Amino acid sequence: MDSAIATHPHTHETAVHADHEHASLPQHRHHFETEEQQREAGSFGMWLFLLTEIMFFGGMFFAYLLYRNWYYPAFAVASNQLSVPLGAANTAILITSGFCMAVGVWAAEVRRRKMLVLMLVLTTVFGIAFIGVKADEYHEKYEMHHIPGADFSVAQFVNPAAYGIKEEPLNPDMAQKTEIYFFLYFAMTGMHAVHMIIGIVLLFWLTHRAWRGDFSSGYVAPIENFGLYWHFVDIVWLFLFPLLYLINRHPLH
Amino acid sequence: MSAPATHTILSLPDQSTAKMPKRHYLNNEDGLLSWLLTGDHKRIAILYLISITFFFFIGGAFAGLIRLELLTPQPDLVAADTYNKFFTMHGIIMIFLFLVPSVPATLGNFLIPIMLGAKDLAFPKINLLSWYLYLIGGTLTLAALVLGGVDTGWTFTTPLSTHYLNTHVLTAATAIFIAGFSSIFTGLNFIVTIHRMRCPGMTWFRMPLFVWSHYAASLLMVLGTPVLAIALVLVALERIAGIGVFDPAKGGDPLLFQHLFWFYSHPAVYIMILPGMGVISEVISTFSRKRVFGYSAVAFSSVAIALFGFFVWEHHMFIMGVSNYSALVFSLLTMLVAVPSAIKIFNWTFTLQKGSITFETPMLYAFGFMGLFTIGGLTGVFLGSLGMDIHLTETYFIVAHFHFVMVGGMLMAFLAGVHFWWPKMTGRMYPESLSKLAAVTTFIGFNLTFLPQFILGYLGMPRRYHAYPPEFQVLNVLSTAGATVLGVGYMLPLLYLGWSLKYGAIAGNNPWQATGLEWQIQSPPITANFIETPVMDHEAYDYEWLEKKTLNEVTTVG
Repeated sequence: MDSAIATHPHTHETAVHADHEHASLPQHRHHFETEEQQREAGSFGMWLFLLTEIMFFGGMFFAYLLYRNWYYPAFAVASNQLSVPLGAANTAILITSGFCMAVGVWAAEVRRRKMLVLMLVLTTVFGIAFIGVKADEYHEKYEMHHIPGADFSVAQFVNPAAYGIKEEPLNPDMAQKTEIYFFLYFAMTGMHAVHMIIGIVLLFWLTHRAWRGDFSSGYVAPIENFGLYWHFVDIVWLFLFPLLYLINRHPLH
Repeated sequence: MSAPATHTILSLPDQSTAKMPKRHYLNNEDGLLSWLLTGDHKRIAILYLISITFFFFIGGAFAGLIRLELLTPQPDLVAADTYNKFFTMHGIIMIFLFLVPSVPATLGNFLIPIMLGAKDLAFPKINLLSWYLYLIGGTLTLAALVLGGVDTGWTFTTPLSTHYLNTHVLTAATAIFIAGFSSIFTGLNFIVTIHRMRCPGMTWFRMPLFVWSHYAASLLMVLGTPVLAIALVLVALERIAGIGVFDPAKGGDPLLFQHLFWFYSHPAVYIMILPGMGVISEVISTFSRKRVFGYSAVAFSSVAIALFGFFVWEHHMFIMGVSNYSALVFSLLTMLVAVPSAIKIFNWTFTLQKGSITFETPMLYAFGFMGLFTIGGLTGVFLGSLGMDIHLTETYFIVAHFHFVMVGGMLMAFLAGVHFWWPKMTGRMYPESLSKLAAVTTFIGFNLTFLPQFILGYLGMPRRYHAYPPEFQVLNVLSTAGATVLGVGYMLPLLYLGWSLKYGAIAGNNPWQATGLEWQIQSPPITANFIETPVMDHEAYDYEWLEKKTLNEVTTVG
């Protein structure tokens, strides 16, 4: 009685499924009909997760858009306090890291274990380098009292000459708004850095598994999905860099 | 088989010979750990059902306390700030810990893989993780409660939540942040499952409408909830570090919080109601013995609700100083979102027309849903009109409006669904007459509670106060009396459903003679749901197919 609904004769699809079964991987989960289905489900799930991430960052981008329109002078002046060379270097580091990851995914697909491990290690190294540069930048902001909160000081923006900064002084009211800029800077890059750190932890785990040879027999879903995540983190930075560092660096300025 | 003059479609196996199946998902493995570490969507559904029932009764207890305080005009039961904590807890628990996960995490979890002909959801471990996140969120909420409560209202309005309160705002915000991820994972799992796990022959337009409405709700969960998460992170940072993003003194804008919060929290009401509408589609079709009228219109109206639902959030902010022009646009969009809801109601009504209607308990709840949701929805249109909104907002009219949708609509749908699928989930029937009594009690109690609140609101009684002018007392007493009846209405199912677990009649595979795939397998189902992968060779709600199938079985056996 239970199988009564399956009275339909075996269709083409079911026959194909049966053919596949003898070659199933140990990672094949019982509730998927085929490995193809499992792989598609995994990567589709990852894309959806990245969609939620976009919405998550989207809230902050929305806040940025609003306040940048309202307080453009404060945003421009505060943005000049960031180091464009460091930011640009970090962009390059992150793109290189992303490139290594992409090569890693390819290496997994062609089942080259050592190359995969090497690429994952390089991805990790560049990721850590990015975090290092970021930490240095944060430290500088700490010394300048540019971290929002009780310790925040607008002195540099009200009287830039006293600090040897070549900027037009802002009136105190507008200078206060630099705190919003720095808050958004820390919130957005901080949230980005949190994603990087989570990624690096996952990279350690994936490197370990890759070394063991988990991904050398055609099962590449974790590498592929992590690659998607890592590229997403890259792309977020590619938006953050111009929005935060390059606000008023257009030719007309 | 049965005579046409019977008043029920219920067909149970002969109780003297019927037995529960030997192996099913409930007894497949034993021990607490086999439950706590399970990947089986059906077991996770049961875990969720137990947890949300627990939180429902805690939230309900606060509703009871609120109504008790409002029995008299004087503030005599509790002080003003305690009352604030009561309604905050009532709101947080009912919304985030009951309504949002109610149907999707229990019935949806249980049924979506089966309805699609799959063995499980796409990501069983993430499904279990979602339940644990829910539990952590729930525990933190209880912690906030035990440590002294929180009194922001469930909306965490800034600057009240960031500057003026020294209650446990952070604990509650963390709780909701975490519970939010539980909801994201449920939605993500559903979407992937619906896209990738359908059995051969299960095209999109052969899926039951229950699945369609969960698909739409899942889209909202996945797209909306992260925005709530970031809004709560910003509130927490503002509270801890005073970073100024919502603080006008530092150039921040409290309205930004409102935009971010309602960008989730308006779609959230559709997260709550859409799965309920899915239940109603199934129930109405089964108990009228007819295919749902305008299947594709109902399916698309779910998606339309999800889509429009994202563009109406500002109607929560009409009196907060938003621009008049944008208010006009949002008012118009609010009217538009009523259209797909109306399509559903009309289509269900046409499904009833010339159907062979029977009045089993799930159908009674479904009728309750249709009436009460219609009132709730139409009063929503009143509130969407700018002039009326300014008069009625922040009064009990609002309270009555969303309780008609959420309690009259969603809770009725939830109970309809629980009764409808109870025989499938447990293998046993609930006592029929007692459950009909509960359905009627709930309906009467509900109307007695909330109809007076429409009048109170129209007369100008503001919400969120623990005291009120004496001339409002009569209506408030009616409302409190109604709440008592309602409480009884909700206690009854808890008792008789518990009783039926051991003493209920054995239900058999398909007690309602329904067409869904879930009714063609044993009750309770085996862990893998199907013995072999089903092939869907007919449309959804095809009662002729079911009849032929039943006939064939009889001939084969004979």
